[in-house]
Amino acid sequence: MMATDNRTRTLAGEIFEEDVDLSLADLCRLFRLPAEHVMELVEEGIAEPSGNDPAQLRFRRISVKRVRCALHLQRDLGVNTAGAALAVELLEELERLRARLQRLDG
Amino acid sequence: MEYKDYYAVMGVAKDAGQDEIKRAYRKLARKYHPDVSSEPDAEDRFKEVGEAYEVLKDPEKRAAYDQLGANWKAGQDFKAPPDWDGGFEFKGGDFTGGDAEHFSDFFESLFGQREFHGGYSGRSTRGFNARGEDAFAKVVIDLEDVFTGAKKAVTLTHREIDADGRPVTKDRTLNVRIPKGIRQGQHIRLAKQGNPGLGDGESGDLLLEVQFKPHPRYRAEGKNIFLDLPVAPWEAALGATVEVPTPGGSVDLKIPAGSSGGQKLRLKGRGIPAASPGDLYAVLQIALPKADSDAVRDAYRALEKAAQLEPSKQTGGG
Repeated sequence: MMATDNRTRTLAGEIFEEDVDLSLADLCRLFRLPAEHVMELVEEGIAEPSGNDPAQLRFRRISVKRVRCALHLQRDLGVNTAGAALAVELLEELERLRARLQRLDG
Repeated sequence: MEYKDYYAVMGVAKDAGQDEIKRAYRKLARKYHPDVSSEPDAEDRFKEVGEAYEVLKDPEKRAAYDQLGANWKAGQDFKAPPDWDGGFEFKGGDFTGGDAEHFSDFFESLFGQREFHGGYSGRSTRGFNARGEDAFAKVVIDLEDVFTGAKKAVTLTHREIDADGRPVTKDRTLNVRIPKGIRQGQHIRLAKQGNPGLGDGESGDLLLEVQFKPHPRYRAEGKNIFLDLPVAPWEAALGATVEVPTPGGSVDLKIPAGSSGGQKLRLKGRGIPAASPGDLYAVLQIALPKADSDAVRDAYRALEKAAQLEPSKQTGGG
């Protein structure tokens, strides 16, 4: 099913987050979501694009991780968008604290 | 294949009510959700719990599963009896779908196949082209890999439909060059290595989320790296130049006189490489010499007299 045999050659990866910002359409395509659903995530602050007009919105690629996490929580745990936003923020805080704890523990 | 005890997975009794099963599922799903949990085997446990719930939440599937008999033990070699599900009707059964593709062979031997047969007719649509979906996976790498741009073999598991229309699990291994300077939580994009497109549509991309293996010496935080550096008391007090290991090679670090434990010394640009690279912070740890000889004990006593320090009296008071 996969078109090419990759065993023999090395694939050069690029850093996804360092590429140009994403448009609303890009984000919809990435997650197979209708624009309304993405805008719902924007309203809750899960993704924070720059620009006002929907056609001009630009999303930093770092928001991809937050959006994916929020969508998984919605799908798997049945939380609503506001709940997912809260969970994403708490998880980020937890990650920061864990890193700090690890640093202090040595 | 191995028999799975779905009741044990969910931690409920065999006569548990549907409400109890739902509560157990919700609780376990929160505990093992891969985006939430810090348990090392969270992802596997989460899939296992999802699979168990898929069967136990549905009275039809649960009844069919129950009539396999109570004598099976988890892990026991299992083969579905012929016509085992005679008289049960799952068609159109409500699959949550979420991660159904990750269910075990055990599940599929019981409930899986007809669903897959049914759902796989899209291919014959003529003249319809669509780009394939982007796929996500996680990859665990060594911190050093991002300094050298190392090659890494990444094995991914996916499901395919074979010629007979059966779902099969296949592994594929990709040799990936780790992009220099990538950080924890960022994604490596491999163009066109995602799911195949429909018709002439090209494949989607594969996005690998990077996670660093815990390192005995270094800790990465964003683009900065932290390292505990043990030094002798006189090195901290009087100043010294010491050799410090960094992922990019050893460097000499000047410790200023009057340094104390816990103090951070910055090595600019020695963190994760980038156009504006991160910094490396050496966190000083004072290593006390053991008083295991007369000479050292005498030296401590001499220091006691000379320094006149009673730190316990300086605590409190603010």
